[in-house]
This record gives sequence, C-alpha cells and structure tokens, in this order.
Amino acid sequence: MKRLKNIEELIKFRKSIETEHSPDMIRIFICTTGCRALGAEEVYNAFKSEIKKQSLENKVEVVDTGCQGLCARAPVLTIEPMGIFYGRATETDVPEIISQTILKGEIIERLCYTEAGKRIPYIKDIPFYGKQKKIVLRNCGNINPKSINEYILREGYAAISKVLTGMTPDEVINEIKNSGLRGRGGAGFPTGNKWEFVRKADGDIKYIICNGDEGDPGAFMDRAVLEGDPHSVIEGMLVGAYAIGSRKGIIYVRAEYPIAVEHLKIAIEQARNLGLLGENILGTNFSFDLDIKMGAGAFVCGEETALIASIEGKRGMPRPRPPFPATSGLWGKPTNINNVETFANVPVVILRGSEFFKSIGTQTSKGTKIFALAGNVKNTGLVEVPMGTTLREIVFDIGGGVPGRKKFKAAQMGGPSGGCVPAQHLDLQIDYETVKEVGAIMGSGGLIVMDDSTSMVEIARYFMEFCQDESCGKCVPCRIGTKRMLDILTRITKGEGKKEDISLLKELAEVTKMASLCGLGQTAANPVLSTIRYYINEYEELIDKKHAQADIQQTPAT
Amino acid sequence: MHKVVVSDKESAVSVDLTKCQSILSKYNQATPADLIPILQQMQDTYGYLPKDAIEEITTRTLIPLSKIYGVITFYSQFSLIPRGKHTIKVCTGTACHIKGAPDIKKKITEILHINEGKTTNDYKFTYEPVACLGTCFLAPIMMIDKRYYGKLTTEKTETILKSY
Repeated sequence: MKRLKNIEELIKFRKSIETEHSPDMIRIFICTTGCRALGAEEVYNAFKSEIKKQSLENKVEVVDTGCQGLCARAPVLTIEPMGIFYGRATETDVPEIISQTILKGEIIERLCYTEAGKRIPYIKDIPFYGKQKKIVLRNCGNINPKSINEYILREGYAAISKVLTGMTPDEVINEIKNSGLRGRGGAGFPTGNKWEFVRKADGDIKYIICNGDEGDPGAFMDRAVLEGDPHSVIEGMLVGAYAIGSRKGIIYVRAEYPIAVEHLKIAIEQARNLGLLGENILGTNFSFDLDIKMGAGAFVCGEETALIASIEGKRGMPRPRPPFPATSGLWGKPTNINNVETFANVPVVILRGSEFFKSIGTQTSKGTKIFALAGNVKNTGLVEVPMGTTLREIVFDIGGGVPGRKKFKAAQMGGPSGGCVPAQHLDLQIDYETVKEVGAIMGSGGLIVMDDSTSMVEIARYFMEFCQDESCGKCVPCRIGTKRMLDILTRITKGEGKKEDISLLKELAEVTKMASLCGLGQTAANPVLSTIRYYINEYEELIDKKHAQADIQQTPAT
Repeated sequence: MHKVVVSDKESAVSVDLTKCQSILSKYNQATPADLIPILQQMQDTYGYLPKDAIEEITTRTLIPLSKIYGVITFYSQFSLIPRGKHTIKVCTGTACHIKGAPDIKKKITEILHINEGKTTNDYKFTYEPVACLGTCFLAPIMMIDKRYYGKLTTEKTETILKSY
C-alpha cells in the first residue's frame, strides 16, 4: 500500500476501491468474531473452498465480518444484495446454501429466523433489526474489519479529512459540544467539555486514551466495536487528538479480548502504511500515533486513574481526584480518556453534523446507545437504539421477550454499578437521567433480562461478591464495606439472616457510597439498594423463612 | 483482589533463562511502563513467572523486585506458580450466572478434583473463574486456552474436558 500524501489522494484511493468493488457480486457476510465460539470459522472456510470448487470466484464472495447483532442465532450470515438472513448454519449447510440460495435464489427454510412459528428469511422483516438505529454499529457486520479498504469505501477517514482541511480544533470541540454527545462508558460526561478541558490545560505533551477495559460482567459492546470496526475507533481518536492537541494515543484493551487486540493491531498497521497514522498525516502538519496496551485482569482498571496507573506499569489502583486526568494524567501530563463507543460516534458527528446527531434521542441524552442484551431473553445479542427507546421495546419488540413460559421480572442495567429495573418500569424511556431515577445506571450498556425464577437477593449477593473480589483494597470504606455487605448477603441467602440485616445493609451501603475513593466503591452498593427498593419482600421472606424453618426443626426435638 | 502468594515450588528446577533474556533484549532501555508487557510475555512463554526470570527482570531493568512483585500479585493474569498445560476459564458473568454457570463450576471441580484457582496434580489443567468473557449470548460459557465453548450443559462440559 502506498502512503497517501494528501486528501485528494485519499479520495482517489476511495474511488479506485469503488471501481474494484463490483456491484453485481453476491456477498455472503459471516460473523467470525463472536460467532467463532459456535464454529463460524469452519463455516467461513467451507464457503471459501466451495466457491473455489464450483469456480464461482467472479460471482460470489465470502466476507468475514464482526458482530451482526443477532448472536442468539450464531453462527449468523447475511447474503447481499438479496438481504437474506441465515442463522445456526454449519459446514454441512454450505454446499446447499451455494446451490439453492446463491445460484437458484431459493430460501432454505430451516436456516431462517422464526418468530411465532413463522419463518422470516429477509433481514428487513425481522423485528430484531427493525427498531434499531445503527450509528456506532454502522459498519459492524457489513465490512471485513481486517481490511482498511472496506472501511475507506464506506466514508472511512472522511471525517478526519474534513477536520484537517476545514476545521480548527475549537470548531471541532464546538461541534462535539453542540451534538450533545456524552461519555458512553457509563458516567455520561459531555465529551466536548472534556476535550475542551484538555485543550485548555497547560502542557506541550498531551495524551489521548481509549478505554477498552470493558469489565462489567454482561457488557460486550466495546468488544464488538473493536472487533467489528476498529478503524472507526482509530478515526474517532484522530479527531479527538487533533481537537485537544495530542500526538500520542493509547488504546487500553482487556486481555480477555484476544480478537479485539488482533484486529486493532492489523488496523493500526494498515493506517500507518497509508499515512493515516504517523507523521504529517495526509500531508498536513498534524502528526499522531497509537499504541495498544493490554490489561492484565483487574476490573478496577476501568476507572480512569487506575487505568493510567496500569499503563504506567504500576498496580492499577485509583487515586483521589482532583487533579483530574485532564490536567494531570498519564506521566503527569494532560490526558483525555474516552470510551470505545464514544470514539466510534465521533466520525458520524463530524461527517453528518451535530444537528443530525442532536435530532436523535431525548432532551438530555442525544444519539443512540448500544445495549448488550443477554440473560433470559429470546434474542440475545447486540442492539443499538435511539436514546429514549423504552425498556419494553428493547426486551420484547427487539429481544423477543422471555423464552418459555416464564415471565419478565427485571432487567439488570449497568452491571455491578447498576441496579435492577422491575416490570413496572418497562415503559421507561431510557436515557442517562431516567435510568438513574429508577435506581440503576446506564453504565456501559449491559442489559441482563431476568425471569421470575431469578432470586433478587442472590443477584445482589452475586454482584457484591464481584465488587468485593475486585476492590483494590486501597481505601477502607470499599475494602471493608463490600466485605461486610457480602457477609450479610451470604448469610441471608443461606437462610441465616436476621431481622436487622436489611437496615444494616442500607446503612453500610450509604457509607460505602459516600466515603469510597473511586467509582467501584461508590457504586458497589447500587445492586443491593435497588433490590431492597423493589424486592424487599424477597429479603424479608428469606429472613423470616429461617425462623419458620427453625421452628419446625425445633418441634420434634421438644 | 486478594491473591495468595505462594513461593516458587519449582525454584529448585532450573529454568531456561535464554527465553527470558530474548524477551528482555527487546527492551534495552526499559521504562517502568514496559514492566507489564514484559511480564505478559514471560507468562506466555513459561506459563507462569519463575523466580529466576523475575530476578533477571530486576537485574536488566533495575525496577526494584518489590515493585515487580507488587504488580504481579495485583493482576489476576499473573501466576507465581507453574500452571497447567491448558487453562480453563469459566465465565461467571451475570448472564452466565443466571444461566447455570454455578452448576458448570461444580461439575468441573467434580471431574478434575480441584477447586477454582488451582492446577491439577498432573499439570494438565489450571482452572479459574473469570469475571466476564464478553460472550454473554453463549451463556454459560468457558474458554479452554483460546477456544470458546458456549451454551454449556454439565454433560457437554464433561465431554469437552475428556477430549483434552
């Protein structure tokens, strides 16, 4: 690949890819990231060899993509331009797909998505996709993430071109501010304001970090974006770096995500070869390069000051703020940290304008949000919806509801820092504020559906066990508070609870919340508080049952 | 983040330090920021962090031994004791938890006769729970080395383990 010397060369390069990209080609897109666990790579290879065997190379192409969303049907594939969706395909189905569907245009019924006993062969008719709005996931599942050409073809690196040719850093910041984009890592801090702080901070050297330490159990949207469209994150970082005046970026990724690391490495290498990373990007004065840092297994490293400590090669423990990373971050320099999903939004805001972005969402929360839909729900998978979509639409219209004869009980939102949203709030329009009001948080977007067989006290205990285990131990309220709360919750679930346990839990929760150093401790009690708020009867029942059981046991003895 | 530090049982056994040296040779002017990547490569090479290799790191990088041990004991990825040939990571994330991960964990303990965080006597398997593998749609799930096994049942788990 030749280094692109200026923006005209990028445009020319895009045109040349377009010419090569034959519109008559039938393309089979198959997810080989998340679906890999259920044999997607074998299916992909089978397609490759079958196409070769039948000498169809000029007619049919198989593309290995990132996540296509409907993970419940893994391994999934779509066939374009027909718009056919097949799920649960195996190697043995491949010759039939080629001979029947590709060559004759016939649908193979058993591979189709089914809803209420009806087979739905076309993507456009599948309700799971109907209510979604794909901004961040615009390319995910539609391109080969290992090919920079496919990204460039779909307006890739056009946002950074636009910024470099016609926008000052302040104009970029204003555009992001005007768009209303807020941090997708969970806290929802306005991205433009954050960038402005770092831009205004004193210092020649500034860093920009992408937080890909997605540690919340039940969240996999960052993994999907990094695996399925790594260039969109790199481009978002480029725009951010230009805005704040940074020459050096770091992407911090969890060690548990090997495919994400592999795809990022490839993407960075390709961007460097084309001169989209490095010195004098596209012939301008702007220079920027990126490194990947792999986490080593510590949930607390998702907290920004702990993440910085980890990059510096230390134990990943948080420190008090202020000073905020915006003034004193990595190596004491002004540092901007955004989440993967936040960065992936940036190229869209720049290209389509802040007014477009603002037109989606609610009063306080603009744009879309990706949710990782999992647990007791029919269509587990990755879902991107406009802010303000109701929980009911996500769980029932998109998610297909609870399987079997069980009933929806609650949706756990925001992982160990979040809470359980009960059925009475199903019509809640989800945004940063409304979710908080009902006792959960948006968090990174994990959404675990629970049916009526789930014990809420056990869920509270489960999350507390997680927080207690992951507490770094630096500050006392978190270290001891989580331990004591776990002890009490374990006791209750074992049927050894005491009457005063509930009030004691509430008191401990308040103290841990108020006095802990970082977000981990400050939010660790949320699952407890939210389950006490909505399901206090379950706590009481477990506590009372113990007395009842004791009475029965005592009777024969006397 | 409590981790039990166990002394290197195998320290009597000599460790081939050439691999360690070849990793370190890539870091001629190592900074503290290189420590975690160095440890990650060592762990990949040896399967754990042998005492001799750690001492070699301190000699070559001048990072104090106390700092190195501090980092090793903080992150769950690092191990000071030899690990099994294969690592079984059972996801204990929320989705897996409500879809039966506790039963899978019980089954593995039953088959391998070891508890979480331990290695079998024949050093074939190291078994550890992991917070979330980010593949909730396949819950319950485990990973053996770099391979995912989704939608587990206790029977399926047994068959998979026996295939190794």
